[in-house]
Amino acid sequence: MRITCPLNGERDLREFTIMGSVDYLDRPGQDGTIEALDDHLHLRDNPAGETRELWYHDPSGTWLVVTRNTVTHEILSTELAMEVGK
Amino acid sequence: MRLPSGGLIDRGTNLRFQFDKQWYAGHDGDTLASALLANGVKLVGRSFKYHRPRGVLSAGSEEPNALVHIGKGAAQNPNVRATTQALYDGLYATSQNAWPSLKFDVMEANNLLAPFLGAGFYYKTFMWPRAFWEKLYEPFIRRAAGLGALAGMPDPAAYEKGFAHCDLLVIGTGPTGLMAALTAARAGVDVILADEGERFGGRLLSETGAIDGQSGAEWADSVIAELSGMDNVRLMTRTTVTGAYDGGTYGAVERVAHHLATVPTGLPLECFWRIVAKRTVLGAGALERPIAFANNDRPGVMLASAVRSYVNRYAVAPGKRVAVFGSNNDAHQTVRDLQTAGVEVVALIDPRAGAGKDIGVPVHQACVSDTKGRLGLTEITLSNGRTLKVDCLAVSGGWNPTVHMTCHMNGRPQWREDIASFVPRNGGIPGMIPAGACQGDFSTTACLEGGIAAATRALSELGKSAPDIEVPEAEDTAYALDPLWAVPGKGHAWLDFQNDVTTKDIKQAARENMVSVEHMKRYTTQGMATDQGKNSNVGALALLADATGRGIPETGTTTFRPPYVPVALSTLGAGARGKGFAPERKTTSHVATEQMGAPFIEAGLWYRPSYFPRDGETHWRQSCDREVGYVRNAVGVCDVSTLGKIDLKGPDAGKFLDFVYSNTLSTLKPGKTRYGLMLREDGFVMDDGTTACLGETHYLMTTTTAAAGQVMKHLDYVQQVHARDMAVRFTSVTEHWAQFAVAGPKSRELLSAVIDEPITDETFPFMANGPVSVDGIAGRLFRISFSGEHAYEIAIPARYGDALFRDLVARAEALGGGAYGMEALNVLRIEKGFITHSEIDGRVTADDIGFGRMVSAKKDCIGKLATTRPALTEPGRQQLVGLKPAGAVKMMSPGAHLFTDGDDAIRENDQGYITSEGYSPTLNSNLALGFLKDGRARHGEIVQVIDHLREVKTMVEVCDPVFFDPEGGRMRG
Repeated sequence: MRITCPLNGERDLREFTIMGSVDYLDRPGQDGTIEALDDHLHLRDNPAGETRELWYHDPSGTWLVVTRNTVTHEILSTELAMEVGK
Repeated sequence: MRLPSGGLIDRGTNLRFQFDKQWYAGHDGDTLASALLANGVKLVGRSFKYHRPRGVLSAGSEEPNALVHIGKGAAQNPNVRATTQALYDGLYATSQNAWPSLKFDVMEANNLLAPFLGAGFYYKTFMWPRAFWEKLYEPFIRRAAGLGALAGMPDPAAYEKGFAHCDLLVIGTGPTGLMAALTAARAGVDVILADEGERFGGRLLSETGAIDGQSGAEWADSVIAELSGMDNVRLMTRTTVTGAYDGGTYGAVERVAHHLATVPTGLPLECFWRIVAKRTVLGAGALERPIAFANNDRPGVMLASAVRSYVNRYAVAPGKRVAVFGSNNDAHQTVRDLQTAGVEVVALIDPRAGAGKDIGVPVHQACVSDTKGRLGLTEITLSNGRTLKVDCLAVSGGWNPTVHMTCHMNGRPQWREDIASFVPRNGGIPGMIPAGACQGDFSTTACLEGGIAAATRALSELGKSAPDIEVPEAEDTAYALDPLWAVPGKGHAWLDFQNDVTTKDIKQAARENMVSVEHMKRYTTQGMATDQGKNSNVGALALLADATGRGIPETGTTTFRPPYVPVALSTLGAGARGKGFAPERKTTSHVATEQMGAPFIEAGLWYRPSYFPRDGETHWRQSCDREVGYVRNAVGVCDVSTLGKIDLKGPDAGKFLDFVYSNTLSTLKPGKTRYGLMLREDGFVMDDGTTACLGETHYLMTTTTAAAGQVMKHLDYVQQVHARDMAVRFTSVTEHWAQFAVAGPKSRELLSAVIDEPITDETFPFMANGPVSVDGIAGRLFRISFSGEHAYEIAIPARYGDALFRDLVARAEALGGGAYGMEALNVLRIEKGFITHSEIDGRVTADDIGFGRMVSAKKDCIGKLATTRPALTEPGRQQLVGLKPAGAVKMMSPGAHLFTDGDDAIRENDQGYITSEGYSPTLNSNLALGFLKDGRARHGEIVQVIDHLREVKTMVEVCDPVFFDPEGGRMRG
């Protein structure tokens, strides 16, 4: 699998590690509810198809949001996590 | 028998080699198989299960029978296909799976047991009595069945891995691959051309048809000559592309040195390549399939295409009297080639009416129905009852396109009725274009055209236009066959030679309702050997289809998976053996530490001294106790460079630290240092360490050795995902600084002599930090303590680490102290109840370790909300405690569990566990840290420590985790 890092271009899968769903972006702060925190930490969809995930490019320390297809293994897009939702 | 002329061998060379300790000779250009056949050796192996005598079947990597050991001793390489092993002078080969000898194998008796060893015999025969399986059945089967053996010694060979990138990867160098590569290369794109053979040309090297008036081999050489002169082309021989993976990534194994008599130093035996290609043309060709008839596995029965290979390419006559059996026109070419070479062709046997009329040898409209010859073919029987004396039979059941790679990503091939075989479906592998024979286009002209067309398509997808290229003049005969899978009759008719699967096994599987092709495969083991049934799978499917009354397309195929050919684990693991698996990280004091005779322990990838032995010490505990004494009574020196160091700068650096640490760091003044506790978002402790404020907007964070990488990644995450607006930048400086702990009552005295400006307790109080100068070198000093003593850590640019360490140790020794290692460090911190990752193992909260108040109420931080979850706050959690022996037994092993006095030591009564333990020479007692249910309220209670592994029970007293100097006067003073 090849992932295109917006900073470093197309790189081999082994340079990356996955963290999990892009849901991690929505972090309930100290005033959030325990239920919202539970969702944030543990509840995940398991889609057969398109999914958005946080990945880490280890050599450059860059966090990415990767949109990919879990069925075909296609990498549909990659964005810097810093830029997502801005 | 070697033919007097012809072939692509160098008759000027004389290569001597051994097979089963017998010496033979061959030529450069031979494979081991061709050289053996040239010497009249037909029996080369014994079959897997029945130990039937077997000979060479094919001339390629699909070979099921001719598997041998190459080399001896530790370098012995098992299951090498003699058909692909290039001959070299001194080659040493032995046969496999035969004892005492190939010609007399006692296990041949298994052949008589064949009725009991059929499909599913494992599941039926050895079911009971149950105890017999391990003691009797399995050892027997393991000895009786099997292929080659490993040497049982470490492999002395070197292996390598490689990475390559290209615009177009061309797999195979038959007419298809060569034309595809030529077309793309002339268009200027980067091309990698890979072929598993010893030389380029694929099937062209084995056929007699001319291309543009040249022989196939000459034409291939001329194309390669042009390609090898181009900078944009990389040519790879002996390289089998083994698998297709996501994103245009291909695995390939290059046999770098298997063809060399002596491997030059530094050259790997094999290299595993990962090739990333924007587009790929698959010119994998086709594999001929045998026909199943009784006793079709005798040495001397060969594929017709293999017979042509041996005659045309290697100038070897595989027999003196040859018959050809096939139901397609391609088989007839074998007759013509044998005749041209002067080999006697006894008959052409073709069941089709009127086939081969003018071929010039006797033609029988029949099938071969049986054979004779114990160790080699002597006679064949035809379905019309006639017998013929022959010593070689060339068989062709038609051709199967090599679709394997097109199915590596879940694709299924589709059935093509006209060629009675499977061809790739479109788009099986994104970016891969199958062409030529692997697409079902068998004539040379169709392959040449297919190669050009595939490359043209790849080029256009890459945004390039293809050059004008003429299709060379070549053979263009139509392929015609009547499918013939099996000849009816008595006796065993083999399908899968390597796994000893017969037509009866397939029928039996169908009878026993193993009608799914995947069930049939597993029940019979059809196609499960190292050749993966390359010759036999389609035939087996056809028979299963027949037995179940379905068509072949409905029956379907089994799943093709990588690798296409077997790949040695040592090749896949290249570079990862020994230290390659776990590289060594060494501190700047490593050499000095080694010179002091210290044994090392691993901390992640780091190597740290365990203790520094002295003359007369016979046990590590003596050294450890002495080193603890240095720190408690004089001064000790310890390398602490392995701790992670992260340098943070920016106006919001303090705010950022407040967000990643549970406690407040932003109030820290320059020149001050503070302990920080880092939580995960789920509320559990991730790491701890000190952070020094070096300037208004400049901090230096330290992490534990073990979690340095994890913390750096976490900081990246928090900043880029949750703290984007904070103006802060940070970088790891772990390797930049050598850092040494100088600890003990005489530590200030020692340091004052080392640094240029002496320090006092007033200028450098507890938790102070600041710049210092060491012989004019700018360093940093921190008054922090992990031992509970008056202590410092001094940091210096790494290149001065060795010198400073030696100086510090020498001065410490002069003051009655010296270097201390990890054992002493551990005892010192246990005496003080300081935690390490033994305690914060990912399951403990701040409150569990008694740091509940370190989660600041005044600000948000990662993990704060989670610490309020009921399960993390309610009573009954296990809390950090100290433990001291309360009886005669002193042993408290980490991992041992705690039980209330009087309770049974069973899981339901579990109260906690021990995390760390050591002998304190300071307090003359064994001490342990551990977690105990509601432990803080149980100080003074006597509990049981049960070590179920060592069967030890110890009674211990629960106490505060700080055993020594609980007020901290020594540390602060």
